[in-house]
Amino acid sequence: MSQVLDTPPPTSAPAEDDLAALAAHHGLSVSGARPSLPEYIRQLWARRHFIAAFSTAKLTSQYSQAKLGQVWQVMNPLLNAAVYFLIFGVLLGTKKGVPDYVPFLVTGVFIWTFTQSSILAGTRAISGNLGLVRALHFPRAALPISFCLQQLQQLLFSMCALVVILLCFGVPVSASWVLAIPALVLQFTFNAGVSMIMARFGAKTPDIAQLMPFVLRTWMYVSGVMWSIEHLAAKHHNWPSWVVPVLQANPAAVYIDLMRYALIDSFHSSQLPHHVWLIATGWALLAGVGGFIYFWKAEETYGRG
Amino acid sequence: MAENTPDITDEKIPTVIADGVDIVYRVNGTGGGRGSATAALNRMLRRKQAEKAAGVRKVHAVKNVSFVAYRGEAIGLIGTNGSGKSTLLKAVAGLLPVENGRIHTDGQPSLLGVNAALMNDLTGERNVYLGGLAMGMSREQVKERYQEIVDFSGINEKGDFITLPMRTYSSGMAARLRFSIAAAKDHDVLLIDEALATGDAAFRKRSEARIRELRKHAGTVFLVSHNNKSIRDTCDRVLWLERGELRMDGPTEDVLQEYEAFTGDKSDKPKPRPKAKPKVAAAS
Repeated sequence: MSQVLDTPPPTSAPAEDDLAALAAHHGLSVSGARPSLPEYIRQLWARRHFIAAFSTAKLTSQYSQAKLGQVWQVMNPLLNAAVYFLIFGVLLGTKKGVPDYVPFLVTGVFIWTFTQSSILAGTRAISGNLGLVRALHFPRAALPISFCLQQLQQLLFSMCALVVILLCFGVPVSASWVLAIPALVLQFTFNAGVSMIMARFGAKTPDIAQLMPFVLRTWMYVSGVMWSIEHLAAKHHNWPSWVVPVLQANPAAVYIDLMRYALIDSFHSSQLPHHVWLIATGWALLAGVGGFIYFWKAEETYGRG
Repeated sequence: MAENTPDITDEKIPTVIADGVDIVYRVNGTGGGRGSATAALNRMLRRKQAEKAAGVRKVHAVKNVSFVAYRGEAIGLIGTNGSGKSTLLKAVAGLLPVENGRIHTDGQPSLLGVNAALMNDLTGERNVYLGGLAMGMSREQVKERYQEIVDFSGINEKGDFITLPMRTYSSGMAARLRFSIAAAKDHDVLLIDEALATGDAAFRKRSEARIRELRKHAGTVFLVSHNNKSIRDTCDRVLWLERGELRMDGPTEDVLQEYEAFTGDKSDKPKPRPKAKPKVAAAS
């Protein structure tokens, strides 16, 4: 056995076209290629149980080391609302002129938190789970969708707390509460879409994750989470006429106001922008479909390099 | 390449074909200011001008590797540390891009790496479900295999541990559960990266038996290991990578003998069998 250690002797390797022909002959496919869009959707659908199990697992593991355990799922949003009430309701006096201010505020905070944490989680969906992406094969869109689903489950806990708050503050139960369901479906679609867009950005440039909290905080303050856009506009007569419609048509404000309209008796449909359901559906479709396709376009690049 | 492997069936069906594969890593943030903020800024501004000046280094991890793997084969990948074994496996799994060449596969090769999907704060039981689903099994399949997985892992041999969070497991127990979950699925092509290094002797025996079983289910198994004994026990063909190049490709014993002579490892070498000189695969 004589071999030169550093230079292997050139012996006959099969010619390159031979190997390609052999692969073609046996119907082998190229490893790591991006599937077509219908195939991608089919694969994603096949993984629906994983998406659900993964989001529930993330949710439950979140507080598994805390003594109070899953009670924090409800405590967290309540404490959040209490802080905002202290600052905006008591100290800054934003509540003037807004009927049912506490339900108004708490609904706003919960619905906003849903969008905010979905987008934040989406930004880190790929870059924060590289181990998973590099180890297993699954349509990567499962990750941002799964994180949004986790936030939706979180929101459902918050909604239980919200119902208690509503009843405590004397908001009557009404048939319009059913409207919360389509509103949530639309908001979820919107969140998932934006998450997928941000997931692709975040996968390429992880630095985006450092920037997002500031972008989101700005977005929160212009979306009327703690105050009524309408009341604010009434105070500022010098605002150009396009400001209020633009503020009200921003997706976060649309979903927040829809939920307020559904749940709070004193929040009238006159406070909603015109064609509000159309706007809500439009945002959901635009973000949902656009985000999905945008995410799929880079499917084969995630977790590489 | 037909003379390399013993014929199992008359017509051999290829499952993985690597065709002149080159893999190059690009590493950000090397050299040029040692990762300081100004260096990073500089790098972003001059990105297009010169990758080298911007501190991007290229690592040529795998160089022009070609091989054909057939159904029913168990192939060992050996080589000293940093010779590109794991990189090649990742590329076969489709998780790393190839610079040149192509890798053709039959079905989806899976890396035995379910670890990443598991969560330490969850019980072993929920992790079995989560891991199974992550690998693409259906809920029914996981339910069906659940008992088998738990029994195989031997987690419950010392009490009811499967209902405890995984963070309470010893590292050996966790590794056993991970291997059991990953091996529960019948993969077309299974890629194993040093998975057998963990676990006690009894578990290692069971794992090797399971690998042989997976092979029988018409699959192809790739095994990366530094343990020559486990390669001998499970593989019938070995690829030897050195510095990213394919040094040898042939029957286990022939390649291992050469490899052991190369590394100076005589510890677990069996009596040499007289055998024809192995064919040395071309590497460059």
